[in-house]
Amino acid sequence: MPQYILKRLLGLVPVLFGITLAVFLLLRFIPGDPAIVLAGERATPDQIANLREQLGLNKPLLLQYFAFLGHLLKLDFGHSIISGIPVIDEIRSRWAATFELAIAAILGAIGLGIPAGVGAAVHKNRAADHLLMSSSLIGVSLPVYWLGLLLIYLFSIVLKWLPPSGRLSVEIGFSFRPMTGFYILDALLQVNPGALVDVLSHLILPALTLGTIPLAIVARMTRSAMLEVLSQDYIRTARAKGLPDRGVIFRHALKNALLPISTTIGVQFGTLLGGAILTETIFSWPGIGSWIYDGILARDYPVVQGGVVFVAIVFVLINLLVDLSYAWIDPRIQFR
Amino acid sequence: MDIFSHKDAATFSANRPPAFLKIYLWQNRASVDDRSFLLALLAPILRPYDPAIDRDYLARLVAPSAAHWFGTDGLGRDLLVLVWYGTRTSLLISLISVGLGASVGLCFGLAAGYFRGWLEVTIGWVTDILLAFPSILLAIAIVTVTSPSLQSVMIAVSVVQIPIYIRLARSVVLSLREQEFIQAAKALGATPMRVILRHILPASLAPLVVQATLSIGTATLEAAGLGFLGLGAQPPTPELGTMLSDAFKGGYSLSAPWTTLFPGLVITLMVLAFNLLGDGLRDGLDPRS
Repeated sequence: MPQYILKRLLGLVPVLFGITLAVFLLLRFIPGDPAIVLAGERATPDQIANLREQLGLNKPLLLQYFAFLGHLLKLDFGHSIISGIPVIDEIRSRWAATFELAIAAILGAIGLGIPAGVGAAVHKNRAADHLLMSSSLIGVSLPVYWLGLLLIYLFSIVLKWLPPSGRLSVEIGFSFRPMTGFYILDALLQVNPGALVDVLSHLILPALTLGTIPLAIVARMTRSAMLEVLSQDYIRTARAKGLPDRGVIFRHALKNALLPISTTIGVQFGTLLGGAILTETIFSWPGIGSWIYDGILARDYPVVQGGVVFVAIVFVLINLLVDLSYAWIDPRIQFR
Repeated sequence: MDIFSHKDAATFSANRPPAFLKIYLWQNRASVDDRSFLLALLAPILRPYDPAIDRDYLARLVAPSAAHWFGTDGLGRDLLVLVWYGTRTSLLISLISVGLGASVGLCFGLAAGYFRGWLEVTIGWVTDILLAFPSILLAIAIVTVTSPSLQSVMIAVSVVQIPIYIRLARSVVLSLREQEFIQAAKALGATPMRVILRHILPASLAPLVVQATLSIGTATLEAAGLGFLGLGAQPPTPELGTMLSDAFKGGYSLSAPWTTLFPGLVITLMVLAFNLLGDGLRDGLDPRS
């Protein structure tokens, strides 16, 4: 196993190298002079010349790339053109918000998707199965940005049950001090039930929006994995021995169906980080996604570049963790 | 998302190209939906209003009525006409992006699987890099750099599709290249180009067509997502994602919900229709079903 982990980590090097190369080349494809674009429209010729010197744009492309790589290794993503704040500081202050949202969304997808998939498999070809599978098909076809708007309209405007945007109400903000950036955890650490309820009420709609597609996919994958396992001989044996149905389904079948389900969950979690751009924009959620969106609108290239590299690297690392988790879930797998 | 395993692809593709002839289309549950989207192509012929110039500033944000079935938007444009034209644009973006992505991916995938060696390693590396980005993020990065336009969206969405087809085509070729009919063609002196075009390509089309149909749904969502972020078709070209974006940014998406309801509903139905069609094709062409 340690050799396998080492091999996988070494395998990541060319991919991470490729990600940085792709982002570097993308920035060089910007029509016109990158220095003018990066400095902004209101920059003076002196500022542009300084930036050109600073970025090494006068040097050959290969040297420019190594300089860019050097900056990245020092976690120097440059400064935002608009705010002047270092990009890495923005990432540090926002990543927890995105992760909290993504974790809530994936937990919701797991909590609802697996039972739904198991139910559909157990009641195959009955009304419940058709209903669940039709709902999941609609779920994967929904545009999240539209779903978000519908949920805000229904739950915030018509029913007035939940807040439409943000992470925290203004009045709660006075008595709440963020520590880790994960507001639920912070509210628990500060033993602040009022803040906890407020944070949760802000989290429900964005998490529901972001989690709908993973929920539908997890439900479909659980159903098909369960159907595969339920047709195996050992399940028939377990039933023949007189084990109760619940035990057979959850202890014997679901446990063995977990491998493909866990792969799906891992892939979906990574995808959520990309989907967060749209969801965070709709709900004014102060995470990496809405920050990248603001960067796009303002043509703030260092922000877009830093955000894209950060999300891509996290995405790759999550996929690696999913691969490594196979051994834990299924000890039969031999790693070489 | 690869929908076939290596082994599936072998059983799947080795059989009958004529299966396309009974393509399951007319028995398919989605066919009515899909055909109804073809109506979108008739928009320029049947149009009651021109979406670019026909505006009634006195009838801004009017709720659905007999005069305006879907209501009007913030500029007093008829939403039904906008949705109609927007569907046409979205359909065009999706079809061209998937066609482009599938063609490029197919070429690289066939080459990687057939020639192997350094070419396979290089193409595999590029594929891994492209797959390292969440798809919408990669599309956003490309459109941001190339400046927002209809063409940029098509390119961005097609680039996102390419690695899927490279992997699929490569896996099909790997299973086909060792089969007897390919060995026979080589023994008869067929050039690599002839083997690929005359023998491997026709046998690998079935899984690719199914993947392409399913990809149209994904491409529609991604293209509309880019439109929603303001990176899609630029005014006055109507596009479904851009319509949602206009309502959201204009601040009337919640006070005039019909401005978001109808474009979103059409996107959902369009994606649903292509997903159903893809599922139907897979069921129809998969010998195990």
